[in-house]
Amino acid sequence: MTDTIAAGVQPTAPDEVGEARSLGQDAWRALKKNKLFWASVVLIVLFVLMAIWPSLFTNQDPTYGDISRVRQRPSAEHWFGTDGQGYDIYSRTIYGARASIIVGICTSIATLLVGGVIGIIAGFYGGWVDAVVSRITDIFFAIPLLLGGILFMASFPNDANTPYFVIVGKVVLTLTIFGWPSIARLMRSSVLQVKPNEYVLAARALGASPWRIIRSHILPNALAPAIVVATINLGAYIVAEATLSFLGIGLTPPAISWGVAISDALVAIRTYPHILLFPSLFLSLAVLAFIMLGDAVRDAFDPKSR
Amino acid sequence: MADVILKADDIVKHYPIKGGILRTTTGHVKAVDGVSFELHRGETLGIVGESGCGKSTLGRVLMRLEEPTSGTVNFDGVEMYAQSGSAMRKLRRDIQIVFQDPYTSLNPRKTVGDIIGEPFDIHPDVVPKGGRKQAVKDLLDMVGLNPEHINRYPHQFSGGQRQRIGIARGIALKPKVLICDEPVSALDVSVQAQVINLMEKLQDELGLSYIFIAHDLSVVRHISDRVGVMYLGRMVELGTEAEIYQRPTHPYTQALLSAVPVPDPTMRGKREQIVLTGDVPSPANPPSGCRFHTRCFKAQEVCSVEDPELIPRPDGAGEHRSACLFAEPRVIVETVDVTDVEPDTRFATTDTVDVDAFGQTPGALPDDETAEVDRTEVADGYAPEDQPTGVGRMIDNREGDNPRPPV
Repeated sequence: MTDTIAAGVQPTAPDEVGEARSLGQDAWRALKKNKLFWASVVLIVLFVLMAIWPSLFTNQDPTYGDISRVRQRPSAEHWFGTDGQGYDIYSRTIYGARASIIVGICTSIATLLVGGVIGIIAGFYGGWVDAVVSRITDIFFAIPLLLGGILFMASFPNDANTPYFVIVGKVVLTLTIFGWPSIARLMRSSVLQVKPNEYVLAARALGASPWRIIRSHILPNALAPAIVVATINLGAYIVAEATLSFLGIGLTPPAISWGVAISDALVAIRTYPHILLFPSLFLSLAVLAFIMLGDAVRDAFDPKSR
Repeated sequence: MADVILKADDIVKHYPIKGGILRTTTGHVKAVDGVSFELHRGETLGIVGESGCGKSTLGRVLMRLEEPTSGTVNFDGVEMYAQSGSAMRKLRRDIQIVFQDPYTSLNPRKTVGDIIGEPFDIHPDVVPKGGRKQAVKDLLDMVGLNPEHINRYPHQFSGGQRQRIGIARGIALKPKVLICDEPVSALDVSVQAQVINLMEKLQDELGLSYIFIAHDLSVVRHISDRVGVMYLGRMVELGTEAEIYQRPTHPYTQALLSAVPVPDPTMRGKREQIVLTGDVPSPANPPSGCRFHTRCFKAQEVCSVEDPELIPRPDGAGEHRSACLFAEPRVIVETVDVTDVEPDTRFATTDTVDVDAFGQTPGALPDDETAEVDRTEVADGYAPEDQPTGVGRMIDNREGDNPRPPV
């Protein structure tokens, strides 16, 4: 009997040591089974494709307005109908994705970089550095995103000749200036959570430099929540961009954007609601997709939810 | 005894207590308050004491993970706290630490190879770049883990295996001193024995000196050559293992030892237990004079005035350092030295045989199959009456074939 048991623990194949799974791979395995994750990924891929190659989806020219056929109901020729200028709503909605996606993604990345660096500095160095940086963060946090955006965009208005990417860049800059504090606070708190861990102490005991500790121990363990919130915020930035454009101080015609389209549609909201419906629907779907993605990623990275 | 490798002199670590609107300092937590000792080359100095007595803080101050409020540490002829920058980095090679919790002491996002290889990245001149992977594998082998597991992540290992990874990281730079901050208290009792035996093996192979911080008196007795007892930031008694365990002179040590459970039912109720009253006073406002006088069964008026020094005091057979004005020996627990007793072969050994957590491969010592066979035989059930006599009456079991109960 003992022989069989002893034989049972002998290696079946000495080189087989099982697969090494990192936490990231574990999270990916969890994500793969999540239907919400795949739904949001499909939506996001569609929106990103719209932003990069709008001509894949439509061959209509969004800037061609036929004044003889304004405010038509949806038909085979104009799937979503036409708006007050005789533009094809379907193609304008497709082309409008570009502004929203660029603003959303660029602002998220910029806030993650700015807020992340500031949060890490505050959390890691502590003491008076933390006190000064945190108060500055508080000052920016006290200004509502939209109010700050309105003030900034009203101070530096666009005119009809301003190039498209300058306008988009301005919107990204405004939203970043007033959006980074939430990421900075989050990053600071998660650095404070990671810092007292014994593996950080062990690295210090080995004589590792602060840069090395941040790069190889603090950052990989503190980044997950910030990425999740940045993904969820992406939806909020898309909304903020649409709001600024709606108010006429973000993107302005002739630039095409969902916010501009919604603003234009308000004139005839009772008689021609479809003009408002389609850009609003796309805007909601884009925001929903990013928030669902953020939720799914958060669940996958949070070991307690498993 | 051999030459002194580390000499700590009057180490003090106070943490400020901030209060009020202006965050002014209203007091200090005296975590470590004047501790002096020396560590000899190749020996193990155990440091025991209850929770909050400053053991771990002492370990961190010795590592210079925290700057001391005052005091000096002379490490191998070098004043440690006077070093800065690159000199301190170089010094860190020679003094390393193993932490208590194997679940937080390993970075969950790094592979075992990265974790154990990090010392070589920080000190690139220790091992040439090409030899690092092999060096990591050798270290894994040395601590009884499968070198093939180099690409696994910490969460794929059990607690005992993780602690061995922590030890491998600690010994990677071939330090002279390894500070062990409660290295086994987070582990299962049977795994504790494996890790302790591994540490003893490594000490023999590498000539390490250990500072072994623990609250488990039996574990400390098993591994230590000398033992220091701490109470409220002070060292109250310091002596060899025999002096502390057989002839303790400080009332606190005596009370601590009387609380050690003895794994012998026939001894139950026959031995004296000293039960201390009250709680440990706050380290922010320690008692005057002798810090133990508020709970001491021997306390007299002079104790609250005069602060006893840690100086040699007679213990019956000789003398060793004790910080009590009324130091006198007292036999607390009768023990039997089992160093030479042949271990019972029917019990499972606690050697560092690594049975793979996933049941695929036995660890680095595949020739030691007897351990596996022994376990199955114990499981088959042998009557317990044919034990060798006398083995039951001990708290110290040199061969480690009985798991020791924690204090």
